[in-house]
Formats: sequence, structure tokens, C-alpha cells
Amino acid sequence: MVALDALDRRLIDAFQRDLPLCERPYAAMAEQLGVSEAAVLARLNRLDAEGVLSRVGPVFDHARAGASLLAAVAVPDAERDAAAAVINASPGVNHNYAREPQAREPQAREDLVREQRYNLWFVMTAADESQLTARLDALEAELGRPLLRLPMLEAFHIDLGFPIPWAELEGA
Amino acid sequence: MTVASPDPAAQQRLRALLERGLPLTSRPWRRLAEQCGLSEAEVMACVERWRAEGLIKRLGLVVRHRPLGIAANAMVVWDVPEAEVGAVGRRLAAEPAVTLCYRRPRRLPDWPYNLFCMIHGSRRAHVEARLAEIVARQALEAIPHRVLFSLKAYKQCGGRFTREDASHDRRAPTPA
Repeated sequence: MVALDALDRRLIDAFQRDLPLCERPYAAMAEQLGVSEAAVLARLNRLDAEGVLSRVGPVFDHARAGASLLAAVAVPDAERDAAAAVINASPGVNHNYAREPQAREPQAREDLVREQRYNLWFVMTAADESQLTARLDALEAELGRPLLRLPMLEAFHIDLGFPIPWAELEGA
Repeated sequence: MTVASPDPAAQQRLRALLERGLPLTSRPWRRLAEQCGLSEAEVMACVERWRAEGLIKRLGLVVRHRPLGIAANAMVVWDVPEAEVGAVGRRLAAEPAVTLCYRRPRRLPDWPYNLFCMIHGSRRAHVEARLAEIVARQALEAIPHRVLFSLKAYKQCGGRFTREDASHDRRAPTPA
């Protein structure tokens, strides 16, 4: 786990959203935090090198920026890494997670076996719907397994920059 | 700022560059401007407009959670009667522990769930406790749900929507 000091945390807490849109944004952030622009850039470079910072930048709205959907595929555990590599190499894939389904609640035995199968979950993106379908069709053929295709129909919550629970992490 | 809309090809190049992130340099917009053939003012005006239009929903630090110790990430899926899905979705989204909440189609018979939300935490036990609190507080005991904890992140990077993109992040994905 990467250890972050107070300034790292203040940077993250203050600027997951509302980055100042000005010619020298890092200088504006520095001013707000009471440090130098060089200090902010050094911190961001270190967080980037440590893998904490994915990037500084805009998060585009999937629905407006192009086409995307959540997809899942069921593969035997022994083939999971190989299938994940195929998915990762496919153009347009961003997130790709292995997930372990827990028991359904309230319990309904007849559904367990069938639903347990979906263990690789990924987001496929494309410039438009036709490219998205083509990419999914190509990946489906390469994997030789049907993809569960789950487009977003309605967003009830669109903010990705949730507050980091520092206190919980301290106790973890 | 009153800057005429620059040509669509240059805007598309800017989009592709922005998906990779803002350069860590004193004048990042000027750097992007040089790379896509626009002026610094045009780049900033484009970003401001996209933000106002909602194409850009957030401008800021995009953090990877696992290296911080936020190791448990649960996708909770719910099988909600259609007439209730909007109301339940809005109530779930208002819960502080819920970081995303989307309605998606069922795919019967394989997939009966039509509402998805994400809950993050340092450990599974924390996430499970929060979910139990939400179920009780929102009186969701009768709605079937399933929790899918992440086992491994094979890839975690921003969306790439422009046609000239490569799908690869500039760094290998972080191990789980």
C-alpha cells in the first residue's frame, strides 16, 4: 500500500473535481494549498509513478462522449487469466475485473449455478454504436463465448470522484 | 471567452489527447495546444464548453483506489420490479457509500438484475456492513440482490472514445 502524507491527501481531497481551468492550473492549486507550483508538480509526478494517480484530466461522460457498455463473460477459473489477456488486448476495453459472485440474497438456489458463471467484467468503449457492436462481436468470436451485454439505461449517480475514506484506511 | 469553434479535426485530436490526461507541466493547455494544432486559448475554451455541455463530467485528479488500500470493490446487482427501479435507484444513489448507480437491462434467463451500484471500502467486511446498513435503512429486504466482489483488476484506465486511439494505457495495469 502506498503511504501518503498530509499534503498528498489534501491534494486528492481538494482536486478530484473542480481543477482550476486557467493557464497555470498547478500554480492555482498550489496557491490554494499554500505551497509552490513545483511542490504540486513533484507530488503529482510521484503519485503518478507510484500508481496512485491514473491521470489528471477530464472524465468524459460515456453516454455523450461515445458508445460504451458493461459486458461480462463466463470462463472456467483455469482459463480466466488467458481470457482476461484477450479482453485487455481488444481495442476499446478500459476496465476489466475478475469478480466473484457471492450468494444471492434472499437465497434462490435455482439461480445460483447459472449466474455464478459471469466472472470477468469489463467496459467496452467505442466512437459510436456501430463500432461498439463490431468490437463486441469480434471479441465474442475471439473468446468463443457469448458476452452478456449490459448498456447503461439510466444513471442515478454520475460522480466518480468519491471522497477517500482516510480514517477507514488508517484502521484497515 | 469568445473564441470561434476550431475545426472538428483539431477538436477530435484534442479529445484524444485529453483522454490520456493533462501533462504535468506548468502550462499543460499550451502543451496540448501545440500537439493538436490549436492555440492555448482555443484549447481552454473547448474544455470549458465541453464541461458546460456535460461532455466532461469531472475535471480533476483521477485516482486509482487499490494502491491506496481501497481493496474491496463490490458491484451490487438488484432485481427490482420495473415500476420501482427509478425510485430505488435514486435512493441508492443518495447513499454516501454508493459511488455509482446505473439501471441496465435484464438478460433473461441468464441475468435477472436491472440495477447496479458500486460500494468501495478497505475490506470486504466494511463493504458488507455498509450494504447491510443500506438494505435496512432503505427497506430493501424483499428485493433480491447479489454482491460481486472484485478479485483482480486486469485493467483500470479512462475511457477512450476517439477513433484514432490505441486501447492501451500508458502504464501496465496495477495488480490486485
